[in-house]
Amino acid sequence: MINNISAKLLEAKNEPLWYFNKNSLIIIGVIVLSLLLFPFASPSKFAIHLMMMIFMHAVMAQSWNVLAGFSGQISLGHAIFYGIGAYATAYFYVKLHITPWIGILIGIGISGFVAMLIGIPILRLKGHYFAIATLLIGISFQVVFQRWPEVGSSSGLWIPINRDSPWTSMQFHKSKVAYYYISLIFFIGTFFLVWLLNRSKLGYRLRAIRDQSDAASSLGIHVSKYKIIAFVISAMIMAPMGSIYAQYVLIVDPNNAFNVDISILVLLISVMGGVGNIWGPIIGAVILIPISEFSRIYFGGTGHSIDLIVYGVLIIIICIFRPAGIVSLIPRSFREREKAK
Amino acid sequence: MTSQVVLQAIISGILMGLIYALIAAGLSLIFGLMEIVNFAHGDHLMVSMFSAFWFWMLFGIDPIYSIPLTILVMATLGVATHYFIIRKILNSTMLVQICATFGLAVAIRALAQFFFTPDFRTIKNPIIQGKFEISGIFIGQPQLYASLVCLIAFILLYLFVTKTETGTALQATAQDRQAAEILGIPSNKMFALGWAIGLSCVAVAGSMLSNFYYVFPDVGVNFSLFAFVAVALGGFGSITGSLIAGIIIGIVESVGGLLIDPSFKLLYVFAVYLFVVIVRPQGIFGRY
Repeated sequence: MINNISAKLLEAKNEPLWYFNKNSLIIIGVIVLSLLLFPFASPSKFAIHLMMMIFMHAVMAQSWNVLAGFSGQISLGHAIFYGIGAYATAYFYVKLHITPWIGILIGIGISGFVAMLIGIPILRLKGHYFAIATLLIGISFQVVFQRWPEVGSSSGLWIPINRDSPWTSMQFHKSKVAYYYISLIFFIGTFFLVWLLNRSKLGYRLRAIRDQSDAASSLGIHVSKYKIIAFVISAMIMAPMGSIYAQYVLIVDPNNAFNVDISILVLLISVMGGVGNIWGPIIGAVILIPISEFSRIYFGGTGHSIDLIVYGVLIIIICIFRPAGIVSLIPRSFREREKAK
Repeated sequence: MTSQVVLQAIISGILMGLIYALIAAGLSLIFGLMEIVNFAHGDHLMVSMFSAFWFWMLFGIDPIYSIPLTILVMATLGVATHYFIIRKILNSTMLVQICATFGLAVAIRALAQFFFTPDFRTIKNPIIQGKFEISGIFIGQPQLYASLVCLIAFILLYLFVTKTETGTALQATAQDRQAAEILGIPSNKMFALGWAIGLSCVAVAGSMLSNFYYVFPDVGVNFSLFAFVAVALGGFGSITGSLIAGIIIGIVESVGGLLIDPSFKLLYVFAVYLFVVIVRPQGIFGRY
C-alpha cells in the first residue's frame, strides 16, 4: 500500500501538469464554444435561466465534491458557505456601498476563513460524526442569521435596485444574459481549477490521505493540515455561487441562503454524477436541475415536492444499483485520463 | 426568577427528554446492529404522527388506542425499508449509505407534502388533555402520559434486548455478524427485526406526540437532530446511553431556553454535541 502511494506521489512529480488528451481537448473545446455562443441563438428566458442554474449547481456540487473526493469527509452543511457568499455581497453593498464584484472576493475570503475555523476542531472527527457535526453547524448558522439584527434578522437584506450603473452594481435588469456569462465563467474557471488540483502534487497527497490516511501520514504527509486545505478550497468555491444568486434575485434571507436543502442538494448531485470524479457534478447537475426547474413550470406551487420525490427515488436507485454514479456508465476509455486515481 | 420556574423548566425538560430518548433508542439500535445511521429517522417519526392522526381523523380512534396499529404500520415500513433498500447497501461505502437514507428522507418528506399538504394539523379533543398543578408547577397531562408511555416502551425494549433469546441474538449480531451466523443466527432476519423494532420505538413516540404536537411534514426535522445528538452523546449503539442522553438534551433545551434565550434553544443542544464529540468522541457510554 505504501509503495502504491509513494509511486503515485512520484508519478505526480513526473507527469506534466498541462497534459491534454487530444480527443478530450476537442470535445471540451466544442462544448465551451457552444456554451459561449448559446445566448446568440436567441434562446428563451427560461432556457437561459435553466442553463445558469445548471452551471451554478454544478459548481456547488463540485465544491462539495472537492471535499468528499479529496478528503473522504462528507459535509452536510455546505449551505454555510453559500449563505456567507450571499450575505457578504449583499451586506457590503447595502451597508457600505462596496461593489458586489469586490463583495464576491470578500465572500470568498470570509468563507475560507470560516471553513478553517470550523475545520480545525471538527475535521478530526470521522465518518458519521463529521457529517452530523456539519449538519448541526449549518443549521446553527441559519438560526444565528435569523436573529441577527445587523443582517436584517429573518427578513434578510433587500438589495436596492440600481438602474443607472448595471456594471458597478452587478444588476442587469434588461437581460439576464450577463448573469449567464458570469456563472459560465465561474463554471469553467472552477472546473479548470479542480482539474489542475486533480493533477497537482496537492491533489495526489489529498487522495493518498483519503485512501490510506495512516500510510500517508507515515510518509510524512500532514493529514489534518491537508484536510483543512481541502475544506478551505471547497468553501471558497461555494461562496461565489451564493453571491451570484443574491445578485440574481436581489434578496438574501436566512431561510433560503442557509437552507439545509442546498447542502443536501449538492450532495445528491455529486452522488448522482459520481463522487470523486471531476465530471460527476456536471452530469449530476445536468440530470437533476432540469427536473426541478421543469416541475416548477408544469406543476406550479406543488411542483416543489414532485421534484423532491423524483430526487429521493433517483438517489436511492443510484445508491442501490450504481453506487459509483452515472459517470461509471461511460466507457472506461473515455474517462481514463480524468479519473481520480 | 424563582427556583420554582427553574424547577418547572427541569421537569418539562425531563418529560420531553424521555420522548427524545425513545426516538434515539430506535436510531441507536439500528446503528448498533448494522452501523447505518438512519437519516430518515425524523421522517419516520413524521409518518408515525400522521398515522396516528389519520387513524383519529378517518376512524375516530384516539392516538392512545391506535398505538398498536401505528406500531404495526411502522414495523411493516421498517421491514420494507430494510428489504428494499438497506439490505442492498449493507456492504457499500458510508457515503452511499448516508445518501440512500437521505434520499429516503427527502422522498418521504416530499411525498407527505404532496399528499398531506404542508398544513399544520392537530388532533382535537384527545382523551388525554389538560394540565394539573402541584405546588405551583404545571404539568401537561399529554406530556406526562407521553413520557410515561415512552419510559415504559423503553423499559420493555431494554428487557427485550437483554433478557429474551431473540434479544440476545440481536446483540450477538451487533457484536459480530459472522460469528453470529456461524451459530445459526440469520443476520438478515435480525437486521429486519432491528428495523421493525427501531421504527416501533418511533411509532410509540410519534403516537404520543400527536396528542399535543402539531402534525406536519417537516415535524421530524428537529426531532431527528436531537436524536442524532442523543445517540452521539450516549454512544452509538448504546441503548441505556440514549436514555440518559435524551434526558440531558431535554433539560439542556428547556433550562437553556429559560436562562439564556429561548430562540437559541437548538444551539445549546448542538453545542453539547460538538463539545462531546470533540472532547470524548465515543460518547458518554460508547464502546469505542
